[in-house]
Amino acid sequence: MDLRACELGYQALNEKIRNTDEDVVIYDCYGERFIGSGASNKTITINGTPGNALGAYLDGATIVVNGNAQDATGDTMNDGKIIINGNAGDALGYAMRGGKIFVKGYAGYRTGIHMKEYKDKKPVIVVGGSTGSFLGEYLAGGLIIVLGLDTDSFPTGYFTGVGMHGGEIFIRSSKAPKNLPKQVSASVANKDDIKGIEDILAEFSDLFGVSMEEILGKTFYLLTPNARNPYKQLYTEN
Amino acid sequence: MAVEYIYPDYEIVRDYDRCIVCRVCERQCANEAHEYLSDKNKMVADNAKCVNCHRCVSLCPTRALKIVKSDHTFKENANWTGKSIKEIYKQAGSGGVLLSSMGNPENYPVYFDKILLNASQVTNPSIDPLREPMETRVYLGAKPERIERDEKGRLINNLKPQLKLSMPVMFSAMSYGSISYNAHESLARAATELGILYNTGEGGLHEDFYKYGKNTIVQVASGRFGVHKKYLESSAAIEIKMGQGAKPGIGGHLPGTKVGEDISKTRMIPVGTDAISPAPHHDIYSIEDLRQLVYSLKEATGYTKPVIVKIAAVHNVALIASGIARSGADIIAIDGFRGGTGAAPTRIRDHVGIPIELALASVDQRLRDEGIRNNVSIVVAGSIRSSADVVKAVALGADAVYIGTAALIALGCHLCRSCHTGKCNWGIATQREDLVKRLNPNLGYKRLVNLMNAWKHEIKEMMGGMGINSIESLKGNRLMLRGVGLNEKELQILGIKHAGE
Repeated sequence: MDLRACELGYQALNEKIRNTDEDVVIYDCYGERFIGSGASNKTITINGTPGNALGAYLDGATIVVNGNAQDATGDTMNDGKIIINGNAGDALGYAMRGGKIFVKGYAGYRTGIHMKEYKDKKPVIVVGGSTGSFLGEYLAGGLIIVLGLDTDSFPTGYFTGVGMHGGEIFIRSSKAPKNLPKQVSASVANKDDIKGIEDILAEFSDLFGVSMEEILGKTFYLLTPNARNPYKQLYTEN
Repeated sequence: MAVEYIYPDYEIVRDYDRCIVCRVCERQCANEAHEYLSDKNKMVADNAKCVNCHRCVSLCPTRALKIVKSDHTFKENANWTGKSIKEIYKQAGSGGVLLSSMGNPENYPVYFDKILLNASQVTNPSIDPLREPMETRVYLGAKPERIERDEKGRLINNLKPQLKLSMPVMFSAMSYGSISYNAHESLARAATELGILYNTGEGGLHEDFYKYGKNTIVQVASGRFGVHKKYLESSAAIEIKMGQGAKPGIGGHLPGTKVGEDISKTRMIPVGTDAISPAPHHDIYSIEDLRQLVYSLKEATGYTKPVIVKIAAVHNVALIASGIARSGADIIAIDGFRGGTGAAPTRIRDHVGIPIELALASVDQRLRDEGIRNNVSIVVAGSIRSSADVVKAVALGADAVYIGTAALIALGCHLCRSCHTGKCNWGIATQREDLVKRLNPNLGYKRLVNLMNAWKHEIKEMMGGMGINSIESLKGNRLMLRGVGLNEKELQILGIKHAGE
């Protein structure tokens, strides 16, 4: 099904997407919000710039964006895939529980906040460029990879992983991370660590035509939480 | 050994003439306050472990036990009370933030107790609810601004989704985790039988309870625990939790020790990890952002369900509510500073927020002044203790109320305010299997149904006395209220006259 987003407006557009089992191709997308909210079992291809909350509560569908995505993409996403052939705005993958998000370019502030994993559900975000501050804040589970292909500096902002109590963050950089919060410990990823994310990196490589040699051409730092229960000693019963 | 500065608050008094050494008290106390001395064949107690929950008292077959407040005292001081001194001892000993449960126990004014209801005399005769039909049913949700007709003059149904309640009371958000499986089952079954709703809180929905979906409000909070498509779809309404009356401005924290197998499954997090709900939603920094979450939920559920936004009653509540009423939300829930909680820092619980009566009156007035009162329904909470509080809240402008603490008391809670220990002897605020079993949901749900039916009848009696036969005619009808012992400013905010006027 082909749809022209700018003619429909977001409510009519999303209603058409909800009510079809076919794959959908959207043209002339100029910031229409909430595309693919809770969608499953279909591929939605967007040519243009979708608005905020793209693929919120996504439940198995694949969304391909030929353009940039705005804020709150993949909010509370449960399953499926979002592929962004451009950049992403703030709060990418907020509280995501499953599925994968691939961003070719950079992502904004608060990427992957409070992602969590449960049994076979393990959310993954791969950002090809750099990210803003608060990457992986409150991270409770899942995997975030920042490749920093667009920079020679360390590719994340301030407060990376603050409040982190689960999950893993891989950051590709020739420079070591500095000023990490006390809940986070960083180490150089070893061969086994890299092996664990090789499939995901290969998927990124295939999607965006970046060679594995280039991707693996720099050191990866692995950030993990210091403790699973960081606030245990904080309280006194009254 | 360090000196113990704190003397127990309560004393367990045992009548040894009555005690038959059956050891029920010992088995029943999860705090292990009772002990059997085999060499003396005698029960003894450690007062320091007693939380005054009355479990042993209620189950002692010979009524040999009672709990009394200790008359042990510090040197009297109106400024430095025993409580203040003890709290300093606790913090000096541990370095910890003081953690408490249930609602604010401090001596702030309870405005409901300073408001009186009207009754008809001579003119506008009162109505007898036993004889005449009385309507307590309410519909919650946005009401249309105007009647619309098609070209043939037929009515167009432009009504947004509504919640239908048999009476203006719902069970407020209490997560599976903060309360037990059996407590949740009792609430869900009671709500279903009564034709009202209960609320999952931010703990996800246990798969056994999906069948009560038509009477379930599911919550979406900052941690998004247990939120997925099926969860949203199974519900009657979705509540976005921005704040909670017991702890405005701070988040939630279920310690890893309480995250067992079943809780882990419902919250969808691994066993033993802390479940942290951040204080803010990190994607909401404005009314526009809130609108985005409201509409993303509506989009995800095809505009079939009302969306509730719950906030704590704080200083600028009227302004905030005005923003929410323009955000696309269908219902605003406002939780006053006496609202309960499974755990909150003591200082937050006791010092942050404002009374619900004042918050409700100012929100209702503001929305009327701005001509947007019909955009939303208003639900208030924290704390509604009786049917009289319900009637007063409705007359102040509420469409319905939430009850939490009152519902738990119906289930056997004795308000010992120790929920945060996870050792609730009544099987309510605990996940310990042996304790959870003590709450029988077959009896629990019935007690909730009884309470609500009793309140419903009392509501009808009070309405009837005022000559009102429909709850809708009571809503915002502040002429039915008078204040006693309130100053001009309080009366002005409440929008009521003083008794005698």
